[in-house]
Amino acid sequence: MIKLTIPISDEEIRKLKVGDEVLLSGVIVTARDQAHKLMVEEKPDFIRDDLKESVIYHCGPVVKKSPEGVWSFVSAGPTTSIREEPYQSDVICEYTVRGVIGKGGMGDKTAEGLKKCGAVYFHAVGGAGTLIANAVKMVKTVYKLEEFGTPEAFWVIEVEDLPLVVTMDSHGGSLHKEILEKSTQIANDILKI
Amino acid sequence: MELKSAILELIRQAATDLSPDVEKVLSQAYEREDKGAPAKSVFDTILENVRQARENSTPICQDTGSLIFYIDFPEGHSEKSYREAVNWAAVEATNLQYLRPNAVDPVNGKNSGNNIGINAPFLQFHQWDKDEVRIRLMLKGGGSENVGAQYKLPQAPLKAGRDLKGVRKVIIDAVLKAQGLGCAPGVIGVGIGGDRVTSYILSKKQFFKKIGQRNPRKELADLEVELYKDLNKLGIGPMGFGGKTTVLDVFVETQHRHPACYFVAISYTCWAFRRKSMTIRNGEVSYD
Repeated sequence: MIKLTIPISDEEIRKLKVGDEVLLSGVIVTARDQAHKLMVEEKPDFIRDDLKESVIYHCGPVVKKSPEGVWSFVSAGPTTSIREEPYQSDVICEYTVRGVIGKGGMGDKTAEGLKKCGAVYFHAVGGAGTLIANAVKMVKTVYKLEEFGTPEAFWVIEVEDLPLVVTMDSHGGSLHKEILEKSTQIANDILKI
Repeated sequence: MELKSAILELIRQAATDLSPDVEKVLSQAYEREDKGAPAKSVFDTILENVRQARENSTPICQDTGSLIFYIDFPEGHSEKSYREAVNWAAVEATNLQYLRPNAVDPVNGKNSGNNIGINAPFLQFHQWDKDEVRIRLMLKGGGSENVGAQYKLPQAPLKAGRDLKGVRKVIIDAVLKAQGLGCAPGVIGVGIGGDRVTSYILSKKQFFKKIGQRNPRKELADLEVELYKDLNKLGIGPMGFGGKTTVLDVFVETQHRHPACYFVAISYTCWAFRRKSMTIRNGEVSYD
């Protein structure tokens, strides 16, 4: 198990390989569909410092606001990442992001971005909403809550020992590609095509 | 018994308390994986998450899905009163964080913030002869919904003809294409026949069956068993990490088709397979 703390350097991230299990700590940012569209189309600066050498989490959480106005995460597993494929590599390079957490893996364009700008794809366990929310120690701030709604807002959160697996690295390795190729071969044998 | 609070409890149970039949097959899947394999640690995380969610009464998965209700009621009841009770319960469940706000206007992208919108929650009514009310709820996650598929037979690339052999081929193709994206291991619901709309409705209704429940028609029961074996040979595994369990079960059902049409609709639900049922009999509520 590799312990990783934000900020993460280019050198550190390039040491990671597909299959490595990681415990991630530090301040990360949730962003999904509307957030990615915004980051590519308008390149806003409000999120720049939070993203630098940090990690984006593809997640639309269930959140709670205390009577004192303090936010906390109730359930917060990963959402499907492939929807961000058109945007991801541009976002990684524009904001010097060192990693993306999601589920299901991403495509060739993102894989190129990981190589070019020094980043990896981390897989969290989809559906494990309650368990992952327990690793979120604090909500630091939130952007675009009114405009985008709870699931789509940028939540800036501090996590401690978030359990992740590297499934795409910065050297072109992808567990998703590997499993797709193997399972397609098996399916072709079963289907006799 | 107050209808609206009984429905709120139904939502709470569906979102936070995984049914025993599903938890049991997830435990069996954990046992089957080899020590040290990533698949084993995924199942370990899944099972621990299920326990924590039940204990804390918090959502198993943050995507608490689309709310789909099937309501069977005796003659003389008003649909309006059920709709009002469901809407109240959905708003309250959102306030209590049993549900994430999941109703978005496609025109302006606005989230209604309380799960209420046009056709949301989705209610399907059915009047029956029994002197009791049954309300069934499915919380259908978006990621797994996106990997559902509908095929029109024959399918040339798969050499899938208009028979159960062809049906088997397109189901294997759909699960192969889904890979880990629908939060594998999934449960597969298949609706054969009908039209574009009713084949999907039939496929989704399968999710109210219990794991292991086989179709009474032998040909279909055999197909379910064969598909379960074939699909688990694919090696996609939990989350698509590779492993011995790719699907938890397969349910197949048919309806008559138009001579010109042969639709096969495949609905996929993630491992967080959330559905609950409540029955109101003589003013008493029971949950299953």
